[in-house]
Amino acid sequence: MERPIRVLVAKPGLDGHDRGAKVIARALRDAGMEVIYTGLRQTPEQIVEAAIQEDVDVVALSILSGAHNTLFPKITKLLKERGADDILVIGGGVIPEEDIPFLKENGIAEIFTPGTPTSAAIEYIKQHVNRAV
Amino acid sequence: MENLEELLIKGDKRAIARTITYAENYEDKAKEIIKKLYERSGNAYIVGITGPPGVGKSTLTDKLIKNLVDVGKKIGVIAVDPTSPFTGGSILGDRIRMQDLSQHPNVYIRSMGTRGHLGGLSKGTYMAARILDIAGMDYIFIETVGVGQSEIDIVKIADTVVMVLAPGLGDDVQAIKAGIMEIGDIFVVNKCDKEGADKTVVELNMMLDLDEKKDWRPPVVKVAAQENKGIDELIDKIDDHKSYLIESGTFQERRIERLKMEIIESIKNKLMKNIFDKIQEKEFSSRLQQVIDKKIDPYTFADELYKDVFN
Repeated sequence: MERPIRVLVAKPGLDGHDRGAKVIARALRDAGMEVIYTGLRQTPEQIVEAAIQEDVDVVALSILSGAHNTLFPKITKLLKERGADDILVIGGGVIPEEDIPFLKENGIAEIFTPGTPTSAAIEYIKQHVNRAV
Repeated sequence: MENLEELLIKGDKRAIARTITYAENYEDKAKEIIKKLYERSGNAYIVGITGPPGVGKSTLTDKLIKNLVDVGKKIGVIAVDPTSPFTGGSILGDRIRMQDLSQHPNVYIRSMGTRGHLGGLSKGTYMAARILDIAGMDYIFIETVGVGQSEIDIVKIADTVVMVLAPGLGDDVQAIKAGIMEIGDIFVVNKCDKEGADKTVVELNMMLDLDEKKDWRPPVVKVAAQENKGIDELIDKIDDHKSYLIESGTFQERRIERLKMEIIESIKNKLMKNIFDKIQEKEFSSRLQQVIDKKIDPYTFADELYKDVFN
């Protein structure tokens, strides 16, 4: 029996709103995924703890504040420490092009910048999820 | 993961998480683990939190956990949200209200989608509860989906059912009393700082007084979960109910009933899985076409499928 892909949609840092994260959460839901949404202003520790307890296949990070170069690598580092680096980590939000190579070096599999259709993220997840579905 | 069983017994969160994943996907690994460790289960006290959508079930659960963790208890939470019957997807958002506590070493929280299961719980809930029990939890809180009138499965799994309501449901209280209103062991009027709370309490008490036959008269507790008001009293009432169950012998009865349900549930799941594993999608579609073309009727088709599967 096919099981749904489980995705944690998380917002690290001090963003003021989560409109984008809700749009992506909804799109993933409509693509048949189980989306765990944890709300605004999460610390990397909280996000990693939720990812572990929920045993997700994917962590989708959304950020607007500009702190991605600090927060994203911290999350992948913590996941690795917990032995959970088989979880696919992707990111989206207001992220300048020049920061993307650095983030990819630090374990973020893909970055989706503003204007990307949600279908691109869905397709990416379906193709790259590490654990057998 | 090495030594999943050993880690599970120790209450390792990752081990719990993985085992519950096996359970909700019906992988045999979950059953194998439970088979080996069944003896260890039966110590957790299971509290069901149910009620209509938006009355504050998650916030209330969060406060209950907080108060119990402070006195050294280990808590497991299963929070169920609906799965879309159309896409199979879901948004599981109960965790938002419990994020502060989820890092506590004695707290484990898991969100589950109903995945086609009706009744307010998810398909793997029984197994997930059993797994949390084996992992050494003192209390397991099961938060149902927001319920309407007939989602009463929680009563089959919980030792104590807490029915959460809020003021302003007005006549709805009357409307739902024939269904879910019968299953509460304790009633909570949450958001009691809002207008109309006292009226809701009075209405509930009047309704509960009509039922004179019961040995246990469900108490009505006023709570403002967000302000942490009334939580201690609610915990006292849960303890009272537990004592009542044990002294009256109902505790054992309920647990036997739960075991029966767990067994039946397992048979049902196995049957359904078997049936759908055996039915070939292609063949099904081509024969369905015959029904559409009115060459055979739906009931003959169903009978034939049934025969194919069981012969």
